[in-house]
Amino acid sequence: MKYSLFSLIRNGLSHHERWPRAWRSPELKGSYDVVIVGGGGHGLATAYYLAKEHAVTSVAVLEKGYVGGGNTGRNTEIVRSNYLWDDAARLYEFSLKLWQDLSRELNFNLMYSKRGLLSLGHSLQEMRDIARRVNANRLNGIDSELLSAEEVREMVPILNTSPGARYPVLGASLQRRGGTARHDAVAWGLARAADGLGVDVVQQCEVTGFRRENGRVVGVDTTKGYVAAKRVGVVTAGSSGVLASMAGFRLPIESHPLQAWVSEPVKPTLDAVVMSNAVHAYVSQTDRGELLAGAGIDSYNGYGQRGSFSVPEHAISSLVELFPIFSRLRMMRQWAGIVDTCPDACPIIGATPVDGLYFNCGWGTGGYKATPGSGWVFAYTLATGRPHRLNAPFSLDRFRTGRLIDEHGAAGVAH
Amino acid sequence: MLLIECPWCGARDEAEFTYGGEAHVVRPENPEAVSDSEWADYLFYRKNPRGDHLEQWCHSSGCRRWFNAQRDTVTYEIKRVYQVGSPPPGGEG
Ligand SMILES: Cc1cc2nc3c(=O)[nH]c(=O)nc-3n(C[C@H](O)[C@H](O)[C@H](O)COP(=O)(O)OP(=O)(O)OC[C@H]3O[C@@H](n4cnc5c(N)ncnc54)[C@H](O)[C@@H]3O)c2cc1C
Ligand SMILES: [Zn+2]
Repeated sequence: MKYSLFSLIRNGLSHHERWPRAWRSPELKGSYDVVIVGGGGHGLATAYYLAKEHAVTSVAVLEKGYVGGGNTGRNTEIVRSNYLWDDAARLYEFSLKLWQDLSRELNFNLMYSKRGLLSLGHSLQEMRDIARRVNANRLNGIDSELLSAEEVREMVPILNTSPGARYPVLGASLQRRGGTARHDAVAWGLARAADGLGVDVVQQCEVTGFRRENGRVVGVDTTKGYVAAKRVGVVTAGSSGVLASMAGFRLPIESHPLQAWVSEPVKPTLDAVVMSNAVHAYVSQTDRGELLAGAGIDSYNGYGQRGSFSVPEHAISSLVELFPIFSRLRMMRQWAGIVDTCPDACPIIGATPVDGLYFNCGWGTGGYKATPGSGWVFAYTLATGRPHRLNAPFSLDRFRTGRLIDEHGAAGVAH
Repeated sequence: MLLIECPWCGARDEAEFTYGGEAHVVRPENPEAVSDSEWADYLFYRKNPRGDHLEQWCHSSGCRRWFNAQRDTVTYEIKRVYQVGSPPPGGEG
C-alpha cells in the first residue's frame, strides 16, 4: 500500500484501525541467494539495494531481536559528511546524497532535517584543525564553512560565548546539509521497502553458526533452523566479533558501550546540532522537544547495552557550561548501544578469510549517517563478489598492508 | 559504575582507573622477522569476547600501578584481579 494524503484520510475515516501491516512476517525458507545477518539499518539497506539495484530478490535478513533494536534505534541521529580523508569523505558524501531523496523513494517519512551541524572550536589549535578540515571538505566538493565566534553566537544564541566562559567559543565549522533523521523511521522504512521488493525480513531469528564446504560458506544455522545461502553478508555492529569467532577468525575490532540520553521535552530552543570535540559532547533537540545528547564510548570492552555513570556525568557538566540554560532540565532516559570500534575509526566492508562470507562492520560510533551508502556498496559487493570503488579502500586487508584511513579525531567528534 | 578491586588500594570507583585493553598480548621478539599478517595480528587484532575477558587496568588516580583483571563483558562482574606478568588464569592465552 502506498502511503499518501489519500490513504491517510481514508484510514482516518475508519479510525486508523485498518492500516495494513507495514511488512510481512514470513516463514524462513530453506535457501536463499543471499542471507544477511543483522536487521539494523545497514543490513536492511543492503537487502533493499540488492533487490532494487541488482534484481537479487532471493534475500533474507535474519535479525535475532527486532528490526532496528540495535544501534540503529539507539543512536543520536546525527547525519553529516564532513570527514577529513578522501576515501572517507567520498563514502560519507555518497551516503549524504542518498539521504536527500530517501523519504520519497521509500514512501516513508524519515524526517531528515538539514538543520545544520556546528563543530565548536575552543582553542587556537582546534580552530586551525577545523580550518584544515573545512578546506579539505571543500576540495572534495563537500559543503563546509568556517564560522567566527560572532557568527556562532548569531546562530545559537543560547550558547555561552562570553569571554569568561569555561570553554570559550572561538569559532566553529558548519555543514548546512548536516542534521538529523529519525532513526526508527529509517529501520521501518527500509524494512517495508525491502519487503515490498520480495525480501524476507525474519525477526527473532538468531544466527548461531556458519556451515562450510571446501572452505566456502554454504549456509547458516539459526534458532529457526538451517538456511542455505550462496553468499552471506554479516552486518551485526557490536556483535561482529562474536560472529567472526563463529566463522573461525578474529577482527581488529573491539566492542564498547556508547551512551545517549534525553531530557524532558521543552519548547523549541536549539535548531542546529552542536558538537564539541574538546569536551566530547554533542546535543540536538528532537521534534518532540527533548534535548538529545551523547558523549564518547565507555573505555572498557562491553556487551551489556548499559553504561557507566561517569561518562554522562562528565559530558553533562560540560554541556551545562556551554548551555547554561539547560542546567535545570531533568534527564528522562539514558541508554547504551554496543559499538564496534576499529583502530582507524573507519569501517571494514568486504571479503573475509572465508569464501562467500562478507562482513560490513567497524562503523563504531558513527555509522548511522552512512546507512544508505553502506547498504549501497555492500549490496554491490554481495551481488558481484567485488568491492564497489567506494568501499575498496575499506578492506580488512588494510590492517596488513598498513593503508589505514585515520579518521580518529580528525573529523569533529566521533559522530 | 564499576567498583574495581585494586590489589594494593582495595575497592575503588571506576573513575579512578584507566583501562588498558586485552592482557597477555605479546610483542613479537623480532618484529623484522615476522610477516605483515603476524605484525597486524599483534597490533590490531583482538579477541573481543562476549563473556570472560582478561584485561589490563591502571589505578591512575590512586597508586598508579597496573594489574590484570578477569571480567565478564556482559555482566561486567570482575571475577578476579592478578598481577601483571603472572600467567593467565586457567592457562588461557
Ligand atoms: C548511543 C549511540 C549514539 C550514536 N550516534 C550516532 C550518530 O549520531 N550518528 C551516526 O552516524 N552514528 C551514530 N551511532 C552509530 C550508529 O548507530 C551505528 O554505526 C549504526 O546504527 C550501525 O548500524 P547497523 O545496522 O550496522 O547495526 P545495528 O543497528 O546494531 O544492527 C545490528 C543487528 O544485528 C543483530 N544481530 C546481532 N547478532 C546477531 C545474530 N547472531 N543473528 C542475527 N542477528 C544478530 C542485532 O540484534 C542488531 O539488530 C551511535 C551509536 C550509539 C550506540
Ligand atoms: Zn591502587
